[in-house]
Amino acid sequence: MKHPERSALERLVVRVPFAWLLAFFLVPFLIVLKISLSQTAIAQPPYTPVLDLAAGWHGLIAFFGGLSIDNYVLLGSDPIYLLSNVKSVEIAAFATLILLVIGYPVAYAIARTPRRVQAVLVLLTVLPFWTSQLIRIYAWMNILQRDGPFNDLLMTLAIVKEPPAWLSTDTAIYIGIVYSYLPFMVLPLYATLEKLDESLLEAAADLGCPRWKTFWLVTLPLSSPGMIAGVLLCFIPIVGEFVVPDLLGGSQSPMIGQTIWLEFFGNKDWPAASAVAVVLVCLLVTPIVIYQNQATRVVGRE
Amino acid sequence: MRKVSALNLGALALGIAFLYLPIAVLVIFSFNASRLVTVWGGWSTRWYAELLNDAPLLESAFISLRLALTSATIATLLGTLAALALVRFGRFRGRLLFAAMIYAPLVMPEVITGLSLLLLFVAVAADRGFWTVAIAHTTMAMCFVTVIVQSRLADFDSTLEEAAMDLGAPPLRTFVSVTLPLIFPAIAAAWMLTFALSLDDLVIASFTTGPGATTLPIRIYSEVRLGVKPEMNAVCSIMVGVVGVAVVAASLLAKLAGARGAPARAR
Repeated sequence: MKHPERSALERLVVRVPFAWLLAFFLVPFLIVLKISLSQTAIAQPPYTPVLDLAAGWHGLIAFFGGLSIDNYVLLGSDPIYLLSNVKSVEIAAFATLILLVIGYPVAYAIARTPRRVQAVLVLLTVLPFWTSQLIRIYAWMNILQRDGPFNDLLMTLAIVKEPPAWLSTDTAIYIGIVYSYLPFMVLPLYATLEKLDESLLEAAADLGCPRWKTFWLVTLPLSSPGMIAGVLLCFIPIVGEFVVPDLLGGSQSPMIGQTIWLEFFGNKDWPAASAVAVVLVCLLVTPIVIYQNQATRVVGRE
Repeated sequence: MRKVSALNLGALALGIAFLYLPIAVLVIFSFNASRLVTVWGGWSTRWYAELLNDAPLLESAFISLRLALTSATIATLLGTLAALALVRFGRFRGRLLFAAMIYAPLVMPEVITGLSLLLLFVAVAADRGFWTVAIAHTTMAMCFVTVIVQSRLADFDSTLEEAAMDLGAPPLRTFVSVTLPLIFPAIAAAWMLTFALSLDDLVIASFTTGPGATTLPIRIYSEVRLGVKPEMNAVCSIMVGVVGVAVVAASLLAKLAGARGAPARAR
């Protein structure tokens, strides 16, 4: 650095955004952690103990004495939480698999088109992501109605005799999720497939390897970083998904995002909602850490 | 020139159709004259006309616009500063924490971001309303700004800045007359994208809002939960149009930036 002594102005460049993130990202999260260890109370705010700084040392002792892990015990024992956790992970896992199967051919095809076209196709893939998810899911509510266009199509093609109900089923949740997250899967896959060294494919062809085998032995393994990135980019947010299961799914078995929402707005059980949130973050942080390790290992090998 | 096989072409066509058909259906239905959404009653703009008489909806639209303008502007300022700090300042105390706090909100489920901010506002007994949602949207959006501006900053020729300083320009002057013009397209693109993000958000706004600050997505959500309505088809079509124009404009700007930055890199 040329200027080891930073001016007041330069220090401000770091400190202003730093302070903002501390105040509105880190501190709120610590509050969630603290409230998850509190008890529900019929009061405003509806939890206890409340940290009373005015009471000094005694207040602090009372505060820590009042903390408990009851909410986490509740999460482990109450079947509602257990079910919504299991269901969220299950839906996220299957949906991610479907996304990979659908997204791979699309990404592969984009990477095979001429350069000029690629830019347009990438923009076309990203564009729907920027329109509100609420609106895109609402569009599917239109389509999947009992007398909506999807059933009309199925009836015209004589695939079904009676129009089946799609809304409030897990199938609808899968359709909505796959639709919402397709860009997240296609983009990282495209990014690795586009960089693929084509001379490797030519070499395989020259040596008499059939095309399907070249794909299986060369293309697929080389695109694994893109697959890992795509899987994580989809899996993590899908676990916490709220809008899709709320609008397209049934209410009988909520996903974990809905459970937090319900505990918060419906039952006003803030400590339980906070505990669910902490568990969710722990669930999500694990795959990120694994991915980071994987990424550094790959970089180290190269 | 590479050959595009029929199989690849088929995958492309199906993928693009899957992404766009639902939105097309929504827009077409918004012009349906019939009140029954699924019965086609001919083309009509009556649902758009009826929106003009829906006072609460218009008020929500106005709130959402003001909110998007406010939070996109503050987020762009903060996010650009953060990008400068990360790219130009090398090491500083707390850099790791800083970088973690920039990337974490990008993968955090919205339900948790909303919940944690609400708990903060309750803890400090802040009156919830327009400004609490603005703060929440700013926090979420500034991280996107940082990522976009950061990649542009890392990309351009830093010898230009060094040349300006060698010729005696003080750091602030260098920033204003060399750095800022070079990264401006990225900043403008980031502003537009965060504008779209704020306009679209339902979950974070639901947690952090208060009386008198019902945003458009919250209003739409409470209407569509109970089922499909023709007026909602019209509102949603308008929003798709607005956001679509903003994003296409942003990507054109970004492309312009790339074209302008290219000669500098070629040297």
